Amino acid sequence: MALTAAVPFWRAAGMTYITYSNICANLVRNCLKEPHRAESLAREKVHFSLSKWADGKAQKPVLRSDAPEV
Amino acid sequence: MFKQASRLLSRSVAAASSKSVTTRAFSSEVPSTIDSTFVESWKKVAPNMDPPQTPSAFMKPRPSTPSSIPTKLTVNFVLPYASELTGKEVDMVIIPATTGQMGVLPGHVPTIAELKPGIMSVHEGTDVKKYFLSSGFALLHANSVADIIAIEAVPLEHIDPSQVQKGLAEFQQKLTSATTDLEKAEAQIGVEVHSAINAALSG
Repeated sequence: MALTAAVPFWRAAGMTYITYSNICANLVRNCLKEPHRAESLAREKVHFSLSKWADGKAQKPVLRSDAPEV
Repeated sequence: MFKQASRLLSRSVAAASSKSVTTRAFSSEVPSTIDSTFVESWKKVAPNMDPPQTPSAFMKPRPSTPSSIPTKLTVNFVLPYASELTGKEVDMVIIPATTGQMGVLPGHVPTIAELKPGIMSVHEGTDVKKYFLSSGFALLHANSVADIIAIEAVPLEHIDPSQVQKGLAEFQQKLTSATTDLEKAEAQIGVEVHSAINAALSG
């Protein structure tokens, strides 16, 4: 009885499929010719603000942004 | 008389609320998933309560599979930021499944295939359009509709060969110097993707 089914190497190393897929996409984007490369890397930019709530009030928000600081 | 009333009441209640069970005549190929022996024994034990419904009672009927194989494959090729092809009728697509290049013709057996980084080619008459896919899935349905999803798909002309060589050398070097499992996995992914692009450009 195989207790460890044949898993892909990235899952054996603790990576999830979505992480693997995003890494592959990032590598492909880095190999593109110039105008396409800049456009596609712009797609990877992330901008979000996260705040935890305690006692019905929002705590200080955490901002993650790839956009330049205004 | 009261026993009759409760029986009649539960019968009409059951008919009204289990509409999805009685109107299933229209669902084309879903077999009746109602287990009649279970329903009967339920009614003996709890005649006033409807038998529990199963998830399949809430499913919309599947699209019907035509009895004769269609002549064209309908392809929906989508990326997170754009729909490359929507309902395009083609003769064949070749997808880079993890088990190798897979040719999909109309009437292909329903399959879910995980894709590895590689070339997908769409064949329409004599036109062949190729894309390099970063990874994704291909869902092939019984009615000759293929849904292909990937995160990045680029035409081969958009790839810069010098960047690919640089990337390959860099990741091969990282693979030898990697220490943790995660670093090794990342370097391995880098080597695989760049080798696949190299093979795509030269093949």
